[in-house]
Amino acid sequence: MTKPSDIVQKVEENLYEVPMDFQEGMRVPGRILVSHKLMNDLEIGTLHQTANVAALPGIQKYSLAMPDAHFGYGFPIGGVAAFDATEGVISPGGVGFDINCGVRILRTDLEIQEVRPRIKELMNKLFTAIPSGVGSKSKLRVSDSELDDAFNLGASWAVEQGYGVETDILHCEDNGFIDAADPAKVSDKARKRGKPQFGTLGSGNHFLEVQEVDKIYEPEIAKLFGIREGTVTVMIHCGSRGAGHQICTDYLQVMEQASKKYGIDLPDKQLACAPADSREGQDYFKAMAAGANYAWANRQVITHWVRETFQNVFNKDAEELGMDLVYDVAHNVAKLEEHEIDGKKKEVYVHRKGATRAFPAGHKDVPTVYRSVGQPVLIPGSMGTPSYILHGAERSMELTFGSACHGAGRVMGRGEAKRKFRGEVLEKQLADKGIHVRATHPSMLAEEAPEVYKSSSEVVNVVHDLNIARKVVRVRPMGVAKG
Amino acid sequence: MSLPDYEYLPHPADVRFRAFGNTLEEVFEHSALAMFNVIINDISNIKHERSVDIELESDGIDNLLYNYLSELLFQFEVEEIIFGEFHIDSIIQADTGYILKGRAMGEDIDLTRHAFETEVKAVTYHQLSVTKEYVGYSTHVIVDT
Repeated sequence: MTKPSDIVQKVEENLYEVPMDFQEGMRVPGRILVSHKLMNDLEIGTLHQTANVAALPGIQKYSLAMPDAHFGYGFPIGGVAAFDATEGVISPGGVGFDINCGVRILRTDLEIQEVRPRIKELMNKLFTAIPSGVGSKSKLRVSDSELDDAFNLGASWAVEQGYGVETDILHCEDNGFIDAADPAKVSDKARKRGKPQFGTLGSGNHFLEVQEVDKIYEPEIAKLFGIREGTVTVMIHCGSRGAGHQICTDYLQVMEQASKKYGIDLPDKQLACAPADSREGQDYFKAMAAGANYAWANRQVITHWVRETFQNVFNKDAEELGMDLVYDVAHNVAKLEEHEIDGKKKEVYVHRKGATRAFPAGHKDVPTVYRSVGQPVLIPGSMGTPSYILHGAERSMELTFGSACHGAGRVMGRGEAKRKFRGEVLEKQLADKGIHVRATHPSMLAEEAPEVYKSSSEVVNVVHDLNIARKVVRVRPMGVAKG
Repeated sequence: MSLPDYEYLPHPADVRFRAFGNTLEEVFEHSALAMFNVIINDISNIKHERSVDIELESDGIDNLLYNYLSELLFQFEVEEIIFGEFHIDSIIQADTGYILKGRAMGEDIDLTRHAFETEVKAVTYHQLSVTKEYVGYSTHVIVDT
């Protein structure tokens, strides 16, 4: 059987090319960021999906797969591609159903030894304060016009409603909103799914994690990020819930028709797309932006409840606890950005599906406070493995349209995981390692067992060694709440 | 040897299944069962206290399946009903495409009694198919979880 290693050609250490003759119709080569060791986890299907993306009109330079890439639908998970803003396409399959599924991290001044004895109580209270799991109900009640405002304004809507502070917005990717959003492009169905789920965490790989700062690689940069050794951080991973899922569901059908209308040859129906400057393309982009803004507002509301819970448990206000937002990144999004292509500056729609933006030092879209070092890049591990905070580094613009990986990347299906692992046993094993887990159902834990993911350290090392994003801080889970 | 109503196939991240049926109506019903059996394990224990009428029109049979399963997910979340049984009266081919009429039966979501297994975010178009077999029909579906 042909293996990915038989197909790809080495460009340099950790960087491999999928040649244009691998699959018919490829307009650009594929590029896979992978270490020699991770190559064994790479599926041939991921190469095919990377090649399928390479066949879409207007694609620039390369169709990319990050080191955590795995087989998905349409684009691979971990796929990055940029399309010319006029001659290219926009594809919902390049963003995914969970629009702006993303991660944020809060710093604290709490010392590990203050938190450890109370971790069980803390996780129980967080689990109660932030609804999670299938069918869970939000405490938040929003009117139709409030929902519109959230679709338009993202994180700043939540802050205006009292869920957070002004500086939170400054510490979000693009200030926690995409200004192209138009709520009129969001269907009634997406509104109906989004409304009751506003302020919920979701389930599956979404989580809320209390972490200990385990290792600092770059003390000066860590200081700038506000992170100190021996302290505790909080990570929130969630997305746009039913609102985003429905926006994608709706527009896939629109795009399916549009692909036929504009004569776009699709290697996979899930890659349905429309010309970037067509009505269909722009309608989706505006609706997707609204979904992304919903997700930023959602993470912001949850942040507020996290702060309230900490205040309640440690009997100090959030300011005293130093619970500042370090940064918030989108992992599933399409953005109109300027990139240098063949020596010329060009507007492109960058699709990041299971990938993080990783803009380097000096970029105008990096918050002023971090501009001298590059944006924080947040890469969560799995329940039992470390997460990393990196900073966007020099070669990200040259190699990946300013992008890095987004997590550990699955290697095992949910069904197989459930057959292989038992939630109750996992819970005990994690507890033995000092990790307190709360989940709505034990099988949720089995699905998300650390073994079903690639090694987060191995994945992170690839982007670190390629100088796309460099390691700053490693954090380890102390407590995890899962839906 | 008779075919099962549905079966799950390996997938590295999402859930993939095939469903079988003697008629188009039956294969759609079995596809819905397969999808809801991902969400909740004890699907056969769900009471049939409430029902939702489903009427859909799509230009092709694959799109009809995508629409049907997507509509059930929507109804599940918005009406807060967990479905345990699906009935399709008819799938008719008309000039404009296919028309489906049927209903889904279930009960109100009650988190104290229902242990949900996996959230299904959406139905994907990836390798989605409805196939006429030598006897009956089969479907192939991947749902995003």
